[in-house]
Amino acid sequence: MKLKPLVAACAALLAVASHAETQLTVVNFGGANGNAQKVAYFGPFEKATGNKVVGVEYNGEQAKIKAMVESKKVTWDLVEVESPDVARGCDEGLFEKLDYSKIGNKADFQPAAIHECGIGTFVWSTVMAYNGDKLKTAPTTWADFWNVKKFPGKRAMRKGARYNVEFALMADGVAVADVYKVLKTKEGADRAFKKLTELKSNIQWWEAGAQPPQFLVAGDVVMTTAYNGRIDAAQREGKNLKITWTGGIYDLDYWVMPKGTPNKDVALKFIAMASGADAQAEYAKNIAYGPTNKKALAKLDAKVLSGLPTAPANAKTALQFNVGFWADQGEALEKRFAAWAAQ
Amino acid sequence: MTTTTANFVSAPAAGVIPGDLKAQLRRSQRRKKAFAISLTLPLLVFLLAFFIVPIGALLVRAVENPEVASTLRQTVAVLDTWDRTTAPPEAAYAALIADLSAITEQADAGNLARRLNSEIAGGRSLVMSTFRALPFEANLSPAQVKARMLELDPRWEELGYWQAIAKNGSRWTPDYLLTAVDLKRNVQGDIVQVDPESAAFFNILTRTFSISAVVTLACLLLGYPLAYWLSTLSARQANMLMILVLVPFWTSVLVRSAAWIVLLQNNGLINRALLELGFISQPLPLLFNRLGVIIAMVHILLPFMILPLYSVMKSVPPTYLRAAVSLGSSPLAAFFRVYMPQTYPGMGAGGLLVFILSIGYYVTPALLGGAGDQMLSYYIAQYTNVTVNWGMACALGAVLLSATLVLYAVYRRVVKSELSLG
Repeated sequence: MKLKPLVAACAALLAVASHAETQLTVVNFGGANGNAQKVAYFGPFEKATGNKVVGVEYNGEQAKIKAMVESKKVTWDLVEVESPDVARGCDEGLFEKLDYSKIGNKADFQPAAIHECGIGTFVWSTVMAYNGDKLKTAPTTWADFWNVKKFPGKRAMRKGARYNVEFALMADGVAVADVYKVLKTKEGADRAFKKLTELKSNIQWWEAGAQPPQFLVAGDVVMTTAYNGRIDAAQREGKNLKITWTGGIYDLDYWVMPKGTPNKDVALKFIAMASGADAQAEYAKNIAYGPTNKKALAKLDAKVLSGLPTAPANAKTALQFNVGFWADQGEALEKRFAAWAAQ
Repeated sequence: MTTTTANFVSAPAAGVIPGDLKAQLRRSQRRKKAFAISLTLPLLVFLLAFFIVPIGALLVRAVENPEVASTLRQTVAVLDTWDRTTAPPEAAYAALIADLSAITEQADAGNLARRLNSEIAGGRSLVMSTFRALPFEANLSPAQVKARMLELDPRWEELGYWQAIAKNGSRWTPDYLLTAVDLKRNVQGDIVQVDPESAAFFNILTRTFSISAVVTLACLLLGYPLAYWLSTLSARQANMLMILVLVPFWTSVLVRSAAWIVLLQNNGLINRALLELGFISQPLPLLFNRLGVIIAMVHILLPFMILPLYSVMKSVPPTYLRAAVSLGSSPLAAFFRVYMPQTYPGMGAGGLLVFILSIGYYVTPALLGGAGDQMLSYYIAQYTNVTVNWGMACALGAVLLSATLVLYAVYRRVVKSELSLG
């Protein structure tokens, strides 16, 4: 007789299992951004639909997606990718095409957010940052970043060519609008690397987005390039880190569905929900990355708005990351960077 | 076994001819051999599945070049007779459009675009924009097709893109491997040096080997005295101290690398202690440079040096040293001339182990090094994950593998006699 409750329990468990909600695996870059997504997207989605969302962190390795799709064993349902990877992955057939009728009105979004294989989820920026406690005069331009006489000390930059060659040209006096035009030519690339060479002995390289604010707080560097959300996260922890928005490079991150995901419908529902104005506004309150849904802006107060890369004052002198340029020139420039670093 | 013995014993009595006996013996030995092989079968299957097949696949991928050959068949055929220095024939334009129109999977076009782009920057956008503009109107003459293509993108007039297509027309290519050692094939197909500004990999390879050599040497210098001291202690004391060597050995490499960041940074323990003691007035740059990489790697790899050294030293009888001293040698000379030669196998094994582990190091230089301190693995990872150019990643892997094998062969040759001692 003792067995009866056990059998009943097992039966109940089986019944639950057969009705089990879909488990959606959502992959992002973790960190402060991952936490904001958890609050703004994962939790509300679980509550609203009864599906379970499992967050997985990665470091942007497209090789993992490629391997999954090629071996037809797709375990990631939804992935946050950077803009060059949307275009490339789409060309190479790694992502599902999006059905925008199930997501929302295209006109509600910034034009750059709409792509056949992915939808922009937030706008972020790579900016110049410094420690307000240590630097009394604020650096205002990239020329200041290069000026080691006026601001002695090390500067931190991302290990790689991307963003740094653009910053170098701006420091060398190229107008924001002309940066990619100049960089396209061989002379332009030469000029960028020559300018980087000027600063080379003063550069401390960072690999992960969490490093720049640490370097600033520890006093290892006087200035750094950084993702604006990471500086925002440090500010929320009470650190007096400051951003110089002039000549920042802004870009979008996108949601994509790896081709062959078994949970396509649920993933699309997640995208629709996470692209809504309310969810994006909630996200922007948790991290200073700009919403792609224009309607979300109306739901944010002036204080939050002023910290976003999309705020008019911040975007005025900013450069939009040129996806097409990097898709073509990226491999060659990164290789040249490796050769340059060895010199 | 029992039957064989029985046969063997009873054979002469039964008057069996010796030839039959030999055959029986051979058969039984064959059976034993088959049994032994079947015991090692799981290991062989394991080695085949997880070692030989992946390495073979890697080597194949380093020379495989299917993208152009499988999608642009007609174009390649037309370009076969082209001299590669004058404008390509109009037929090539028509063939290219015919080939691109025949591609049904967008993924194939994407892979073609990626392949051509790694050959000549810009190839990706050129191929993809043309592919997206298809189909053209029917019944265009080759001249009209050319005009349409140039109207679509004037870059189609540049020779570089056509040269890239012509060069990659065969299924196999030496290009990835050549690039991995800073060589390339020029338009005529001759092998030449790449431009100095993009020559990266030779430097990276020498850097990889020089860092590994310094790490190996430092491990030997630090590990030898410690292993010697451990080998002179009683078993109980040695075991206690060995735990100090082994505990870090069991800790994750990532954790130990991160711990070194804490120690070495500008306001880390080491710099702060030196500052407060007044030895320095400015923090020493210990992190994000070559020094930091080497310090952390030596610490991580030290146990691999100490353990083989210790096991060899344990087997060296202390009486030899005493005998040498009692025969009039100075203790120092006795140590270097009598004791040390007996530990060469340990030094060789430890050095080889540390060196081979070092050249594959990735995470420690990535975390603790600057842009100029990255080893070959970093670039393999970059080509795998970021650029998604697996041919290049495999070629770099193949270079690393062959360099390692060559070094191992040299090592075997140089220390052959010593190795057989151990």
